[in-house]
Amino acid sequence: MEFNSSAPIWLQLVDECSRRIVTGEWPAGSKMPGVRELGVELGVNPNTMQRALAELDRTGVTIPDRTIGRYVTEDTARIDELRESVAADSADDYIHRARGLGMSLAAAQKLLTNRWHHTEGD
Amino acid sequence: MTAVSVRSLTKKYGAFPALNNLSFTLEEGNVVGLLGENGCGKTTLLKVLAGVLLRYDGDVEIAGYHPGPESKATVSFLPDESFLADGDRISRCADMYGDFFADFNRAKFDDMLQFFMLEPEMKLSQLSKGMREKAQIALAMSRDAKVFLLDEPISGVDPAARDVILRAIVRNLEPDSLVVISTHLISDIEPVLDRVLMMRYGQVLLEGTVDDLREEHGKSMDQLFKEVYQWSAN
Repeated sequence: MEFNSSAPIWLQLVDECSRRIVTGEWPAGSKMPGVRELGVELGVNPNTMQRALAELDRTGVTIPDRTIGRYVTEDTARIDELRESVAADSADDYIHRARGLGMSLAAAQKLLTNRWHHTEGD
Repeated sequence: MTAVSVRSLTKKYGAFPALNNLSFTLEEGNVVGLLGENGCGKTTLLKVLAGVLLRYDGDVEIAGYHPGPESKATVSFLPDESFLADGDRISRCADMYGDFFADFNRAKFDDMLQFFMLEPEMKLSQLSKGMREKAQIALAMSRDAKVFLLDEPISGVDPAARDVILRAIVRNLEPDSLVVISTHLISDIEPVLDRVLMMRYGQVLLEGTVDDLREEHGKSMDQLFKEVYQWSAN
């Protein structure tokens, strides 16, 4: 995995795991790979990986279980919430640029709707 | 637990101080990057820690011992030069490691060879530079040691091999061991590190955990290193 240079690596790992959960790569209620396995896959230190997973545990997105290992929450409402917060960053990005280009909210929304249909099936 | 403790370490080659009044401690369970340009003292420091250079000023403790026979039994050192005979097969090197080091774990070694897709019957003279580096890493990392000192393990190999080597190191980490990796290839190695120790002119310029430093400065270790080097020049 490629890391950007400004944010702490563990936060970027939180983002990557969140992405996997909201896209269903790790479905609700499924068992997740172990810390070491993920560390090897993503090429990061296990302590850093552990810190990212602990953050997901803390926010209730994942649940650590001593016997079966860590699994994704079965609470799909919580996962929807996570999806929104992941998407919010991209939305903020768009808003920022649209504002910078002098667009109104209505114009920005209209453009979003148009592009949404335009890119369907991509 | 403290795995390495260095106090006022000075090592001179003639009048030239390769290590100049160095002090730091390293904890077990960490992967530490020893970063710095050529000639900053990385190799000298690793050699002192490994017990290869025994004449120095100051106090050094590693795995609970002063560097010497007791520490060598539990500290695995990978030098930056080749130390194996070209005519030997990989399996013969492993036999020797097994004879030399009571903590050599043959099962771990075989597993690592597989991970690297190397065959025990291969002769070292038949290996590419990257394959040879992998074989040496497999030997060094297959000891059940408390401390691993790896001097420039990824410098001479291509990016794909670097990636595999770093993954192998992560894969083999024990929670209570310390791994120190020296390199000038900072961006490659950064994701596998807990901490960095940046050196120049035989001294520590900056140390800390990677993510704390990223948080504090908003920069990767590579960028931070260049910045630190700039102000240390003045």
